Amino acid sequence: MSTSPRILTLRVLRSSPVEGEAPHWEDFRVEEAEGMTLFLALTEVRERLAPSLQFDFVCRAGICGSCGMLIDGKPGLACCALTRDHGTTITLAPLPVFELIGDLSVNTGKWMRGTAERLETWIHSAAKPDLTAVEPRMEPELAEAIYELDRCIECGCCVAGCGTLRMREEFVGAIGLNKIARFRLDPRDERSDEDFYDLIGDDTGVFGCMSLLGCHDVCPKGLPLQTQIAFLRRKMVAVGLK
Amino acid sequence: MRIVYTDVLVVGGGLAGLRAAVGARRRGQDVIILSLVPPKRSHSAAAQGGMQASLGNTFKGAGDNEDVHFEDTVRGSDWGCDQEVARLFVHAAPQAVRELAAWGVPWNRVKAGPRQVVMDGQHVTLTEPEASHGLIAARDFGGTKKWRTCYVSDGTGHAMLYAVSDQAVAERIPVHERTEAVALIHDGTRCHGAIVRDLVTGELSAYVAKATCIATGGFGRIYRVTTNALINEGIGAAIALETGVATLANMEAVQFHPTTIFPAGILVTEGCRGDGGLLKDASGHRFMPDYEPEKKELASRDVVSRRMEEHIRAGHGVKTRFGDHLWLDITLLGAQHINGKLREVKEICQHFLGIDPVKDMIPVRPAQHYSMGGIRTDAAGQARGLAGLFACGEAACWDLHGFNRLGGNSVAETVVAGMIVGETMADFVESSAGELQVSTALVREFLEREQAKIDTLLHGNGKENASELMRRMQDIMTEKVGIFRRGDLLQEAVDELQALLLRSRKIGIDTKRAGANPELVTAYRLQKMLKLALCVAYGALQRTESRGAHFREDYPRRDDASWLKRTLATWHDDFQTLPTLAYESLDVTRMELPPGWRGYGAKNAIEHPATEARVAEVATIRSAFERADRYTVQQALMPFDHLVPEAFRGRNARPGEQTS
Repeated sequence: MSTSPRILTLRVLRSSPVEGEAPHWEDFRVEEAEGMTLFLALTEVRERLAPSLQFDFVCRAGICGSCGMLIDGKPGLACCALTRDHGTTITLAPLPVFELIGDLSVNTGKWMRGTAERLETWIHSAAKPDLTAVEPRMEPELAEAIYELDRCIECGCCVAGCGTLRMREEFVGAIGLNKIARFRLDPRDERSDEDFYDLIGDDTGVFGCMSLLGCHDVCPKGLPLQTQIAFLRRKMVAVGLK
Repeated sequence: MRIVYTDVLVVGGGLAGLRAAVGARRRGQDVIILSLVPPKRSHSAAAQGGMQASLGNTFKGAGDNEDVHFEDTVRGSDWGCDQEVARLFVHAAPQAVRELAAWGVPWNRVKAGPRQVVMDGQHVTLTEPEASHGLIAARDFGGTKKWRTCYVSDGTGHAMLYAVSDQAVAERIPVHERTEAVALIHDGTRCHGAIVRDLVTGELSAYVAKATCIATGGFGRIYRVTTNALINEGIGAAIALETGVATLANMEAVQFHPTTIFPAGILVTEGCRGDGGLLKDASGHRFMPDYEPEKKELASRDVVSRRMEEHIRAGHGVKTRFGDHLWLDITLLGAQHINGKLREVKEICQHFLGIDPVKDMIPVRPAQHYSMGGIRTDAAGQARGLAGLFACGEAACWDLHGFNRLGGNSVAETVVAGMIVGETMADFVESSAGELQVSTALVREFLEREQAKIDTLLHGNGKENASELMRRMQDIMTEKVGIFRRGDLLQEAVDELQALLLRSRKIGIDTKRAGANPELVTAYRLQKMLKLALCVAYGALQRTESRGAHFREDYPRRDDASWLKRTLATWHDDFQTLPTLAYESLDVTRMELPPGWRGYGAKNAIEHPATEARVAEVATIRSAFERADRYTVQQALMPFDHLVPEAFRGRNARPGEQTS
């Protein structure tokens, strides 16, 4: 039990577009502690070794989706990554696709807002709700099924793991398609399949996906992206053939 | 000088700020939201268990209504809350839940027929009424007489935040992400907006607004061990304090949540206990019934946290190299329930502990969780002392929670207060008082002052290390201003924090860059956080009684005779090292529910001289209106209709209840 703790090397791809600092690797050594996550390790690096190091942690509990990065080359949430599951050298790089802010920080917020505006990811309903009346009913199983798809935390790992997005910048990605699947399932949203077809019925939407399904493999919430994309494609083909 | 003009400036993109913004926008105002992070990353997302609203749809919620919710809330607050605000809140909460349902929140729904639940350690079958099938369900939470907490599995805050955030997108409300308000622009009587720092470029600009709303959440990060997100540093409350005229209230009222995973301090929801989970000690003994025979694990959070610490002090904790902890046992709830209704808890246990709560007990210990105190507002959300400044959510002391808030009442407060403050701000902007009369000279003065502060930090000759001072502050707060408080330790805390505040004026920074600079951010935030920490510690030192979450070992009784009052803190002069404290009395003669025993916890309060007469008066009114409906009785006891905005009047319908 009393073996000495490992000395970890965090190899971080650093850069600062604002300061004109070109990308380069920098190594930081920290002593591993019991139950250490990359959140704890990076915080220590910043406090002790590199006060200018940029990264984005908010909840540090796997809930908010802020800290997506490439961990040993694979997109994941750094706050949930235990160092004991990795070798003594851990490489960390910012998520690709998104606008780089600096070091491990990328602008997922801008991308996600763009997706929300483009796909209109809100309930479309003409009726104004009567707030004092007993609420409209919904089958319990349906509410649970909607929540399954509502669990997306917009961390951007699926976007970073997407092969299609490397070739088609306008592709909505698994996050976008999952949103459409979520609102399509929700009877409170009055949009029809024709409406959804207008949003995703082309190469930038569901027909652009090459089914490499990196998204499905890297989703930290384990969302059923593979089935949802396949299902949505079938539904949209049906509209397209009309 | 870059100036942005808007009608309404909302500082903070969590649930409260977003809902207020949507409300004002729908009234036709131009709104801008400032947020440290993309709004969907706000700490609201971390609310797991649910929001309270008296829909009364379930078998165990039958008979619930505003009256029951009101009484639970007041008892929970240990009579520290503003009862009119509590009334306003319980009235509007059902409307907020229903609005969110219309906006797409997939609330768990009632399934008619028998179902297995765990209550008090036993498997019990409940039969849900046919008439409620498909309506919004509710689970049990601490300190409540009815099952009232509406929920979406254990991702309630997430689902709510996404729905409201998407409404803000639908309303085309711009959110300026990665920006931070570092000062309010004001002339001593009127707030004119804020000085805002771009966290990417470092640029300062002025946002000039008719109405400014602070909705920046709590200040848990002044503590070392907290469930709060890293962004909950209380900067919104601090910049209000720094105006010298706006007032913070009840800052010593700090909640500690019973079940945070040990030692990381990450929250596991009260829903674990609400759904039947038990607290156990090192020998596997379920100890809460020994202390709290009536409510057991489901007494209010302040009481359960204290009992846990008491039990650990008595030597019953599980000993580890990081300290002692207790167990939360949810294994009896079964795999199906945990995988469905407590899946975030399961994921947290897997990620951070490497355990499966279906089979293993969860190591827990109380940690800082919630700030009952904040910017003092009136019932409409207008901040005291500065016209044109508003606040809502955890950043505010609207005073719904008094000295202890009930689980499920804060995430409800965010949307309810947001609904109300959105209307208040729209009214204000439309009124003549809302007209802007600000000179660009004043704006420039504030901008230059803030730039000078940053330049001093970057290029001054200070030698103090900000991270080190931050850690020291957090240690002092956790060790000396925690669950159990004592005069001598609080005095030490106040002295040490004052010394830190002086040192914080001499911080030096290695990273000289003006743009994204985490070191600089830590430095200027620490200077503000120390002021908040002093408000908490000094307020706790002065309050020589125990009420709700504020527990003094040297003054263990609630003292209504001397302390049935709200603490008000101001910071008039930037060079003072202690807040100026004042107090406002709560008026017993107007309370709908006069002070008494909470139904759990200690039964030893020192009575207020007016209590007895008010109790008699309330009894007389109730008997005089014996045959009247509950609305009429309530109206006779403590009218509050005048506080309800036009848009949210009307009686809340429930299945099986007459509303007229």
